[in-house]
Amino acid sequence: MIEWRFWLASQRGTLLAVAIFAIMFAFYGANHPAGFSANVVQTAANKGVLLAFVAMAQSLVVITSGIDLSVGMIFTLTNCLASAIVVGSPLSTGLGLIAVLAVGALCGAINGLIVIFGRLQPIVATIASGAIYFGLALALRPTPGGSVEETLADAFTGEVFGVVPASLVALVAVVALVWVPFSRSVTGRAAYAVGSSEAAAYMSGVPIRRAKFMAYTLSGLLSGIGGLFLTFFTYTGDAAYASGNAYTLFSIAAVVLGGVSLFGGSGSAIGAVFGALAFRTIGDLLFVFDFDPLWQPLFQGVVLMLAVSLGAFGLLRVKNRLEWFG
Amino acid sequence: MSDAAAPIKLSVWRRLDPAVATAFACIVALLFVGSLYSRNFLSPEYLLQQLKVASFLGIIASGMMLAILIGQIDLSLPWVVTVGAMMSCAMGHGFLGSALAVPVGVLCGVVFGCLNGFGVAYLRIPSMIVTLATNAVAQGLMVVYTGGFSPRDSASPVMRYLATGETIPGLPNAVLCWGAVALATIVMLRRTTFGRTLYGVGNRERAVYLSGVDTRRVVLLVFAISGGASAFGGVLLAGYASKAAQSMGDAYLLPAIAAVVLGGASILGGRGTYLGTMAGVLLITLLQSILSVMQIPEYGRQIIYGVVIIGMLLLYGRERAVR
Repeated sequence: MIEWRFWLASQRGTLLAVAIFAIMFAFYGANHPAGFSANVVQTAANKGVLLAFVAMAQSLVVITSGIDLSVGMIFTLTNCLASAIVVGSPLSTGLGLIAVLAVGALCGAINGLIVIFGRLQPIVATIASGAIYFGLALALRPTPGGSVEETLADAFTGEVFGVVPASLVALVAVVALVWVPFSRSVTGRAAYAVGSSEAAAYMSGVPIRRAKFMAYTLSGLLSGIGGLFLTFFTYTGDAAYASGNAYTLFSIAAVVLGGVSLFGGSGSAIGAVFGALAFRTIGDLLFVFDFDPLWQPLFQGVVLMLAVSLGAFGLLRVKNRLEWFG
Repeated sequence: MSDAAAPIKLSVWRRLDPAVATAFACIVALLFVGSLYSRNFLSPEYLLQQLKVASFLGIIASGMMLAILIGQIDLSLPWVVTVGAMMSCAMGHGFLGSALAVPVGVLCGVVFGCLNGFGVAYLRIPSMIVTLATNAVAQGLMVVYTGGFSPRDSASPVMRYLATGETIPGLPNAVLCWGAVALATIVMLRRTTFGRTLYGVGNRERAVYLSGVDTRRVVLLVFAISGGASAFGGVLLAGYASKAAQSMGDAYLLPAIAAVVLGGASILGGRGTYLGTMAGVLLITLLQSILSVMQIPEYGRQIIYGVVIIGMLLLYGRERAVR
């Protein structure tokens, strides 16, 4: 009984994100002109999955009380790389896939090394490394272009058994293969400990460096998976600064909606996934109601503002004003 | 005599922030490297032109510097810059419009800044996410206002004069504007109670609150100033380009943060000088300019830009190891 309560308390942010998404998506599906069909779900899934991967990447770093402002640029870089090497015979396609994911993880690992051994603040270190990754992406694709193995791409963007969107299956698989083992490992628990209090974690002999390094590396890997999927959806590579930047900023919004504390130490990547899906649904809600698309950014902004303001209700429970100052 | 002189010398030496000194040394080194490539890099015309380009980033970064000084960050900068530019252009060309264009642009920025400040100070939401949301709202409003296209209104003569005219022959007005903003910021930070409070809030807001300062009002004010500075930068940019454009502010967010941090300010707050921020702004402007004059392609510029920032921060921006 008590264990059950602990679990509920620790997962409150995640469960809230799931609830927000469920309500929004039910609303969306119920009011969609085409009805609640497999097609509607698939379109929504394909849009949401990209942000979900990047948000997962962001959440891993945010849990260690860092922030990764280069996720969008790793996403762009891997997109450009995938459009160049994930083509040709099954062997070269397979090797290309592995290389793309390895580059994503490598970018993340470099961020981790700069933060751990350079002792730079993550926010500035990743701004700078993001510029480098974007430069590399631009070197690969000065103009949009390239191609990707189409059968593979269609397999990942179509439907499994004609009902379930394949992209959603891939998302669940990544959560199961990356997030679940990580969060249950010693390193994963250490990442939470570092985010909660680095000094206390150090004093307790927690492997701080390994935790941070794994968090940043996996973050790069997940951004890389996101970039790969972007290539599957668009069949091209495009080094667009604005889009990379937008994904970085949206990933922070998605992470917060998903109940991951920006101060670190709480929340989960699963929450971030639902935060990302909810964030995408906000944007789609307008189309359902047949509003002018011009109003979409404003609507999205206002809903985001209201959603983050909900956090202020916590202030009502504050008994000592000094708690305001964290 | 010599006994009296020694402590003064020491205090001057100690007041020199190593980070700021390194930043200025890097500027000199950059100019030296540039002059090896071409003599023009040391010509007064080139340097003055760079100063003029730097003044836009300098004004925008001064707001960011104050936000970072209190341990927060203002990510709403891109669209607040654009709001300032678009709203001031929208005031039109009549006598009233010309007179009000600049104040109205700045005021719009202050309004968005207050929105940020209210969320951070009174609702206690992390600044990173509040300012992100404000940015989205500002973008949404501007998209609705312009219909998604760049507005046709052009900048009024006053704005053009502020950005490109020369009151003192040879010295562009934009540089004078930056000078005025810089002077005001330095005086505020060094000589006013409010300025000293900012350092306190950045170090430990709780302690400042217990000392009897309404820190929430301080935070609100800082974000209002930051919004105003961003919008003023936008107004000048619109005057410089003689019109406003969609997403004209996007290119300023990361350089502004980088300039503040390269100037020796701690991103965690409580430490930093405006002189350092000016050094950071000059450094970034010169770096971008020299790389483009050397005709290095865009991708190379991005890579070098990132490597230089990381390299410089490794020189003097490192934190203490956890103990």
